[in-house]
Amino acid sequence: MKHLKPINQKAVRIEAYVAREAASTSAPERDVVGLRRPPHEQTGPHFPLGCSLVFSPGWEVDSDGGTAGLCQPVERDIFDCHLSCFWPAHVPDQLNHALDWTGKCASAQKDWRNLDLIFP
Amino acid sequence: MSPPVAALSPTRTVRNDRTLALREFHPFEAFGARFLYMVPSAGIFRLDSTGAAILDALAAGPCEPDALVESLSGEYEIDRILETIHELTEIRAIGDPSAPKEQVPNDLPPADFPLNTMVLNVTNKCNLACTYCYEYGEDKIVDTRYGKQPKFMSEETAEESVDFLLAESKGQQVARLTFFGGETLLNFPVLQKTVAYARRRAQEQGKRVEFSFTTNATLLRPDIIQWLADNQIGVTISIDGPKAVQDGLRVFSNGRGSYDVVLPKIKELLQVHRSRPIGARVTLTQKHLNVLEIFRHLTQEVGFWEVGLAPVTTQDHRDYAITPEGKDEMLRQFEQLAWEWLECALRDEHHGFSNARDTIEEIHKGVSKAYGCGAGLGLMGVATDGNVSLCHRFAGSPEHTLGHVSSGVDRVKQQSFLVDHHIAAKTDCHTCWARPICSGGCYHEAHVRYGDSSHANLHYCTWVRSWTHTCLEIYGALAEKNPKFLERFDA
Repeated sequence: MKHLKPINQKAVRIEAYVAREAASTSAPERDVVGLRRPPHEQTGPHFPLGCSLVFSPGWEVDSDGGTAGLCQPVERDIFDCHLSCFWPAHVPDQLNHALDWTGKCASAQKDWRNLDLIFP
Repeated sequence: MSPPVAALSPTRTVRNDRTLALREFHPFEAFGARFLYMVPSAGIFRLDSTGAAILDALAAGPCEPDALVESLSGEYEIDRILETIHELTEIRAIGDPSAPKEQVPNDLPPADFPLNTMVLNVTNKCNLACTYCYEYGEDKIVDTRYGKQPKFMSEETAEESVDFLLAESKGQQVARLTFFGGETLLNFPVLQKTVAYARRRAQEQGKRVEFSFTTNATLLRPDIIQWLADNQIGVTISIDGPKAVQDGLRVFSNGRGSYDVVLPKIKELLQVHRSRPIGARVTLTQKHLNVLEIFRHLTQEVGFWEVGLAPVTTQDHRDYAITPEGKDEMLRQFEQLAWEWLECALRDEHHGFSNARDTIEEIHKGVSKAYGCGAGLGLMGVATDGNVSLCHRFAGSPEHTLGHVSSGVDRVKQQSFLVDHHIAAKTDCHTCWARPICSGGCYHEAHVRYGDSSHANLHYCTWVRSWTHTCLEIYGALAEKNPKFLERFDA
């Protein structure tokens, strides 16, 4: 830093951190990512907006372990992923084989129990 | 999605699509220089004139970067302004006002956090009857008289405690053992044996134990003093000041003052025990608030190396409880002593006001605390029966017991304590700039005051902010005029 002078030990560490981050972000990732925070301010592993690259249960929590930071309601994994996401979600195909799968489910938050299994 | 970042150059990038505003910090000055105490990181940065001008401009309200640059371009080069804006953004002194407010982080300490200090209450019996005593006085939380607590800790329990400390200190090379009471010296035989046992056990495990203890000095004898010196035991003496002050509240059970008893013993101790600095620990009450007089007496006339003072912990309606006006007066004198401390520090001289020294050290290191103190985590108290509690002040309180030295710490209980007492749970503190250093304050104070150890000590907020601000100014003054002095806090 040229214009701010770090005075105490913590400030020296902040300066070193800023310099390190500047060096590591000078070649930014060439990926299309939606972010809640810029990458250098994120603490946990980085996940793209709203979806999962990891095919495992449990991704319905944000990087802090809660749901407040999720970009979409958790119901999205029932209703939305299979329509808008490049990754096909594990829900019935409602275009061809199970047209009325959600017929009894007007509101996912209240009626999700009415979603039944589909037998081919 | 926001528009792309306007890249001015790789090293100074200012987002032109974002308005700039001040973020969270506390400004202070020393010898005309301007500093920022960053909250919550606790980093301290010195501003140059450009940085100061930018912050002054933004103090009037949020501003577009272009407009900001334009308004300052008559005075400073544009490149310089842009660089400074970039640096201020990087340390988060300024930024986007619409950005979500940063949450107080709530990450708990790692599960294997080592125990650094154990305070062993070798007895809960005392030969004095100080009016304000938290153990026996009106605000006591432990039933020491009729409870099941033994009066004295047995040798076996003390040895179990040592093993507990050495095990819980995990990978740490040094463990600290503090003896406390009651009056510690009432159980001197166990104290002596415990020191020998701890030395032996530590050596077997390739560790080292540092010892200290607190006493009211009434029972010091030449052989005890010699033993303390030989064993390099750190000593803290509880004493309130000159005769009139000491004899007011630090009395024997028949009401007789203790000054004449302790003074010759303390003088002998100071003369013989040179292997560790000896400190005085003063309890301030509304009855005697002459901080300067007390401090001068204890350092100059008695000869203590350092003196630390703390206001009494009690409820408001006691006649010795410090009133709001009393707190102001106490603060004024604390600050006067702190400026004296600076005068000495500028000349590389020692000044024994340990309250100032301790705060300056925390400022220098940039501590940003998640907890008011290390109680229940790096520090624990052990009651005479071996129950492990948050700290020595809670020793023997069933409500604040975390386990037993023989069976270890109840991790579920400890976890729940750590969640409840974390700064993240103290929402009152979230807008305070002094929270990195205060973090809500003493649990025992909160318990006595609000009946809840996890409560923030709101009755001290103004006091803490004023004191911290003064210490920041002193720190800034040292950084300007004698930065070498600060190196002694580097360890």
